[in-house]
Amino acid sequence: MLCLLFGINKSNSMDINHFIANFAAQFDDTDPGNFKTETKFREIDEWSSLIALSVIAMVDEEYDVKLKGEDIRTSQTLNDLYLIVALRS
Amino acid sequence: MDNPFSLKGKTILITGASSGIGKTTSIECSKLGAKIILTGRNTKRLEETMALLTGEGHQLKVLDLNISEAVSEFIENMPKLDGVVYCAGTQRTCPIKFIQREDIDKVFETNFFANININTLLLSKKKINKGASIVFISSIAAGIVAEVGNAIYSASKGALSSYAKVLALEMSSQRIRVNCVLPGMVNTPLLKKLDVEEDQLKEDEKRYPLGYGNPEDVAYSVIYLLSDATKWVTGSNLILDGGLTLK
Repeated sequence: MLCLLFGINKSNSMDINHFIANFAAQFDDTDPGNFKTETKFREIDEWSSLIALSVIAMVDEEYDVKLKGEDIRTSQTLNDLYLIVALRS
Repeated sequence: MDNPFSLKGKTILITGASSGIGKTTSIECSKLGAKIILTGRNTKRLEETMALLTGEGHQLKVLDLNISEAVSEFIENMPKLDGVVYCAGTQRTCPIKFIQREDIDKVFETNFFANININTLLLSKKKINKGASIVFISSIAAGIVAEVGNAIYSASKGALSSYAKVLALEMSSQRIRVNCVLPGMVNTPLLKKLDVEEDQLKEDEKRYPLGYGNPEDVAYSVIYLLSDATKWVTGSNLILDGGLTLK
């Protein structure tokens, strides 16, 4: 329902996987297989301020979207963050 | 008896005078009797600074320090200086893995090249009096304290501090003194531009035994280095960090 509201259709399912892969690439010690749409990324052991900055830089580079620290702080799951990026891209 | 800490009769050029540390330094220097030449890129904000100066005979020049022709012409018509304060500066947060050449160029243009280009011209046009004092606003990021995401800014301020050492040596025969102040976090508009929330700043401020600084805390140290009270001080790095590096 939320997806419909934001005009995000099924073809974006590829994109969220792409987004999750890019997100996972910012980590060095966490298995990429641990990252799912519903993963609460701020609860991952390796999560740090450096990784938060890296995610902001990655999103800027890959999607040309400027995330704010607040976007990261208010997102719980990877899907929450993906929706913010998808809306602005 | 003459007050060695006074700036009376001194003409002082201040770059980056439209905001933050540059603005406050200009105002405080004028209170101590200096004639100020203000430069900056934003006309409106520079005029606001001008309006807050005490005394007469100040000058204002809207100038992009990266445009050499404009800077040359400005310097030709400038009176001789007893002090220069290089405050022009900017910040960029980016993890090292993502740094691109254009990010580096942007920060270095403002923090390093703009300031040293005008310094070269001032010296070659003999606009700096014997016994004058040059002060650079460096940072504790210049090789003292590392923060994640701060590599480009740190490198630019480190470049300034290193440059200042050599300048101090080269200018010593003229008794021109060159020093740096190295502030930690200071409450300026630049800080508000950082992408952090109020509560995060409050938490960060706890690392500073005396809390964050204010622009006037930096200005007073700059004044000390501009005044004749420090006529034997050159090549120094004055750390202004409210005790952060004690721990």
